Amino acid sequence: MSGVVLVLPVAVPLLAAGLLSLLPGKWPHRLVGAGVNAGVLLVGGVLLVRGLDGGIPTERIGGWPAGFAIVLAADPFSALMVCASAVLVTAALCFAAVCGQDGDRRFTPLVLVLAAGVYGALLTADLFNFFVFVEVMLVPSYVLLVLGSGRDAAAGRIYVTVGLLASSVFLAGVALVYGVAGTVNLGELAGAAERGPAFALAGAVVLLGMAVKAAVVPFHGWLPRTYPRAPAAVSVLFAGLLTKVGVYAIIRIYAVFFGGAPQFRWVVMAAALLTMAVGVLGALGERTMRDVLSFDLVSQIGYALFGLALFTGLGLTAAVFFMVQYVLVKTVLFMCAGAVEHVYGSDRLDLLGGLLRKEPLLAGVFLVAALSLAGIPPLSGFVAKLGLLRAAVAEEEYLPAAVAVVTSLLTLAAMLKVWSRVFWSRPSPVSALPGWAGPRPVLLAPAVVLAVPSVAFGLGAEPLWRVAETAAGGLLDVSAYVRAVTR
Amino acid sequence: MSAPLLVGVLVAGGVFLVLLPGMVRIVFGFVLLGHAVNVLLVTAGGTGRTRAPLIGEEDPARMADPLPQAFVLTAIVITFGTTVYLLSMIRARSPGGRSEEPSG
Repeated sequence: MSGVVLVLPVAVPLLAAGLLSLLPGKWPHRLVGAGVNAGVLLVGGVLLVRGLDGGIPTERIGGWPAGFAIVLAADPFSALMVCASAVLVTAALCFAAVCGQDGDRRFTPLVLVLAAGVYGALLTADLFNFFVFVEVMLVPSYVLLVLGSGRDAAAGRIYVTVGLLASSVFLAGVALVYGVAGTVNLGELAGAAERGPAFALAGAVVLLGMAVKAAVVPFHGWLPRTYPRAPAAVSVLFAGLLTKVGVYAIIRIYAVFFGGAPQFRWVVMAAALLTMAVGVLGALGERTMRDVLSFDLVSQIGYALFGLALFTGLGLTAAVFFMVQYVLVKTVLFMCAGAVEHVYGSDRLDLLGGLLRKEPLLAGVFLVAALSLAGIPPLSGFVAKLGLLRAAVAEEEYLPAAVAVVTSLLTLAAMLKVWSRVFWSRPSPVSALPGWAGPRPVLLAPAVVLAVPSVAFGLGAEPLWRVAETAAGGLLDVSAYVRAVTR
Repeated sequence: MSAPLLVGVLVAGGVFLVLLPGMVRIVFGFVLLGHAVNVLLVTAGGTGRTRAPLIGEEDPARMADPLPQAFVLTAIVITFGTTVYLLSMIRARSPGGRSEEPSG
C-alpha cells in the first residue's frame, strides 16, 4: 500500500501531462494542473505523517530485490520538500493562469513533466535515477524558458548550455562513483567517502555537478542572466524549485555519501559564505526588480549550505526550516515582481515609482515577503536565520556567523532599495500613464495565499520546527534511511 | 589505458569547441563532452570483461557488467534529445531579429 503512494507523485503528473497534451482548452489544463499538484501535496502530507512516526515508507520499483532495485524512499526531509514543492507548483500554475501566460497549450503539460521530475528527484534513493529525474525536470525547463512572447534567445542558450554542462559533470561523477563503489544505491553508499580518496573524489565530482545546478558561487553566473529574462510565471516557477532540488541533492549526498565528513566541512562552509556574500553584493548593484531577486536567490542558497556546513542538529534543523519557508517567500517576491512587470511592462527600478498609492495590497505583500527574506521578526525568515546563527555560535564559528549577519543586513538594504524605488517614491511617468488600471486583485491572490504561511510560520514556527528537527535527525544519523533503503 | 586517453582527448576537444564562438561549435563541443562521459560510464564496469552480458548465461566473471550499459543507453538518449533541442534553438533564430549577444 505505501509503495503505490510513493509512485503517485511521479506517475500521476506524467500521465496528466500526456492526457493534457491531447486535450486543448484552457480550463481543463488549469483544473487538471492545479488538481494534480494539490493531490501531490496531499500525498506528500501523508508520507510526511508516516515518516514522522518513525517508519520510512519505501518502494522498490518493479519489485526487484534489494540491492538491484531502484528505491523510492520518503523520509521526513524528502516528504517535507515534496510538500513545499507541490505548494509552489500549484501556486505558480495559478499565477500563470491569472497572468494569462499559460495560453500556450504546451505550458501546463511541460510544467507537469517538470513537476514529476522534481518529485521523483526528491523521493529517489538511487544516484543514477536521480540524474534521470533531474533531466526530466530540466528538459521542460529549457523549453519553458523560451516559451511565449518576449522570448530571450540568449538567455535560453546560456541556460541550456550551462544545464547540459552541469548534467554532464554530474553524470561523470555518477560513473566514477559506480566505478569505485560498484553501486549507485544511496543506502549502500552510506559513508562511502570514508573508504578512500577515490571515493571522496567521486563524491566531490557529483557534488560539483549539483553545485552548478544549485547556483553555488563560483558557478552562479548563469542564474542572474537567465531567470530575470524568463516569462514572469516561469521565473516564479523556477525560482523556488530548480535550485532547491540542487541544494536538496547537495544536502542528501553530503549527509549520506560523505556521512557529514568533518574534514570537508570547511569546503562547504567556504562555499556557503562566498555564495551569501557574492549574492547579496550582486543584488545591491542591480537595477531591475527581478535581477535583484535573482541575486538574492543565490545569496539565500548560501544560507541553506551554511546550515549544512555546521552539520549539527540545530544547524540542519535551521537549514531545513530555512529551505521550506524560503520556497514560499521567494515565490511571493517573484510573483510581486512578475505582477508589476505584467501590468506596467517593466520592472526597472528607475522607471517605476509610487506604487504604494496605487496598489497597497501589492505593496503590503511585497513588504511582508521582503522583510521575511531579510530576517525581520516576527516573520519566518527571522526564525530560520536565528536558528542558523544560534547553531553557528554553539559551534564557536564566530566569523561565519558574523558574515551571515552582515549578509542579512545587506539583504535588508537591497530590499529597502527596491521598496523605496518601486513603492515609496514619487509616482513615475510610467505609472501615471492613462489606462494603467493596476493589477486586478486576482493577480495578487496567489501571492497573498503564499504570504500567509510565511507570517504563520514566523508567529507559530513550532510545528514546522518540530518537523524540521525530525528531518534533520534523519540527516545526522542516516542509519534509519540506510536500513529502509537497503531492506 | 586507451579508455582514459580517449576520455581525455574527448574532454579536451569538447572544452576547446565549447569555448569557441558560434553556437554550432558549442553544440559539437557538448556532443564530444557527452561522448566522453558515456565512455567513462561504459568503462566504469571494468574494461577486462568483454563478453555479452546475461545472454546465454555465461560465466559471470567474464561477462560485461550490464548496469553501466543500461546507464549509458539512458545517458545517450538524454544527451541526444538535448542536443536536438540545442540545434533547434539555433535553427529557430530569426536572422536580423533581436540582438544575439548574451547579456551581462
